[in-house]
Amino acid sequence: MRLINQRPGHGERIVLGAMLFILLVAAYMIGSHMRLAANPDDKLLPSLPQMGAAIWQLAFTPEQRSGDYLLWTDTAASLARLLGGIAISALLALLLGIPTGLIPRAQAALAPFVTAICLIPPITILPILFIVFGLGETSKVMLIVIGTAPYMVRTIAQAVADIPSEQIVKGLTLGANTWQMILRVALPQIMPKLITAIRLGLGPAWIFLISAEAIASTGGLGYRIFLVRRYLSMDVILPYVAWITLIAFVLDRLLLAYSRRRYRWAHLSGASL
Amino acid sequence: MSFVVAKNLWVSYGPVSILERVSVSVERGTFCTIVGASGCGKSTFLRLLLGQEQATRGEIHVDGKAIPAEPTPERGIVFQKYSVFPHLTVLQNLTIPAEFGGAPVTARLFGRAKAEASDKARAMLAKIGIGHAGDLYPAQLSGGMQQRLAIAQALLKQPKILLLDEPFGALDPGIRADMQELLLSIWRETGMTIFMVTHDIAEAFRLGTRLIVFDKVRHDPHMPSAYGATITYDLRLKNGKLDGDTGERMLAPVILEKERVAHA
Repeated sequence: MRLINQRPGHGERIVLGAMLFILLVAAYMIGSHMRLAANPDDKLLPSLPQMGAAIWQLAFTPEQRSGDYLLWTDTAASLARLLGGIAISALLALLLGIPTGLIPRAQAALAPFVTAICLIPPITILPILFIVFGLGETSKVMLIVIGTAPYMVRTIAQAVADIPSEQIVKGLTLGANTWQMILRVALPQIMPKLITAIRLGLGPAWIFLISAEAIASTGGLGYRIFLVRRYLSMDVILPYVAWITLIAFVLDRLLLAYSRRRYRWAHLSGASL
Repeated sequence: MSFVVAKNLWVSYGPVSILERVSVSVERGTFCTIVGASGCGKSTFLRLLLGQEQATRGEIHVDGKAIPAEPTPERGIVFQKYSVFPHLTVLQNLTIPAEFGGAPVTARLFGRAKAEASDKARAMLAKIGIGHAGDLYPAQLSGGMQQRLAIAQALLKQPKILLLDEPFGALDPGIRADMQELLLSIWRETGMTIFMVTHDIAEAFRLGTRLIVFDKVRHDPHMPSAYGATITYDLRLKNGKLDGDTGERMLAPVILEKERVAHA
C-alpha cells in the first residue's frame, strides 16, 4: 500500500505524536550531561534536576524581599495583561468589524482607516505609549490592543461580509431591522470566527506582552526571563519558556473546546485544528 | 384588476444591458413560472420584484402602489441555497420571524409570547413534513429538507407574494416531485401569488398558471451585451397545458435551442 493511504492506529498515533517531544528532551539531556561532565559549574545547559530546583524555589518559596511566590505572581501579572488586551481587542473587533462588514456607510467610513492602522508596526508605537501612558499597566495592555485589534477588526469585518447576501435578504423579508440583523444574524454567525481570530491573535499578543515586559516592568513572565538573563540563569529561563508555551497551549485548547461546545453548528463539517 | 404590474422595466449595469422593455401584469393568486436561457435576466427580474435591486427605468406596482426599494415581509423569498440561517436549529429558524416582529430591541421573545411562537413553529414544521427534525441544524438536513424549511420560514410572515429562485434546482428528481406537490398544495391553500424562476421547463408547465419566457430578441454580434432580454412568450396555462394547444411541445425546442446557443 502506498504511504499516502497508510493510516496510523490509535496507539501508533500517540507514539508518533510523542516521538519528537521525547527526542528533544533526550537530545537536551545528553547535551546537558556532556557539558556538566566537562564543567560542573556550566550554566548553559542545566540538568533537569537543576531546573526543577530553580523553578521549585520560584514557585513554592517566598521571595525574601517581597514575600511573593514569583512564578505565580509573574503568571498572574502577565495573564492579566494578555487577557485584558485580547478582551479589549475582541470587543473592538465586534464593535467596529460588524458595522464595517454589514453596513455600507460604516464600511465607507471605517475600512480605509482600519486598513491603514493595520500597517503600522505596533512595536514602533511602544515608545509613544510609554510617553503617553507612562510605564504602568496601561501602556502594556495598549500595546497588545494595538498589535492585535486592527487585524481582528478586519477579520471580523470580512467574516460578516462573507455571510451570503441571501441570508441578509431573507432576514429583511422576515421583518428584521438593522439592529436585529446584527444581533441575530451577524453576531452569532461570526462568534466562532472571532474565537478563531482570538486564537490566532494570541500568538502576536504574547510577543507584544513579552516585549513590553522586557523593556519596562517590575513583574511578569517576560520581565523575569529578561531579568535573570543577566545571570545566565538558563535553569529559570528554560522552564519559564516551557511554562509560557504550556499556558498558550491550554488557552488555545480551551477556546477551541468552548467554540465546539457553544457553537456546535459551526463545527458540523470539516476538521478544525 | 391586476395585482402585480411591471411597467416597461429596463436594467443595465453601465454598458451591459440585462433587461429591456419588460412589461407584464399578473392577477392575484397566479402561479407564474419564469424560464429562459442562462444569464437572460430571470433572476434579475425576481430581484426587482423583491426590491433587492432597482430597475434603471420603469417601475413595479403591487396592488396599485409602487413597491418599496428594499425587501419587506410582504414578499417572501426562497433561494436555491443559503436560504436558512445555519446557526439556528430548524425550530429556531421558524421562531425567528416572530421574534423579529415581536421584539424590536432584543429580537428575542420570552414567556407566553415565546411559547406561542414555538407552537406556531411546531405546527408549521409538522405541516411541511419535517416535524421530527426540530432540534437539528440545517447542515444536518438533506437538500430537500433544507428547502422545505426555507419554504416554511418564508410562509410564516404570510407574504402576499412568494418569490422562488430555482428552489429545487439542486434536488434529486424524486425529491423534486415531492417538493412540487408541496408547493402546489401550499399555493392552493394560501392563494398566494407565486413567481418561480426555474431551469426546468417541464416543471414550469406543470406548476404554472402563467408561464413567461425571457430571451434576447435583439443581437449585436460585435457586442453581445448591448441588448437585454425581454419577455418573448407570455402563456396562460391550465393543468400544465396551453389552453387548447400542446404548448410544451411547441415551446420546448425553442428554449432548448437558446439554451444550447447560450452555453456554446
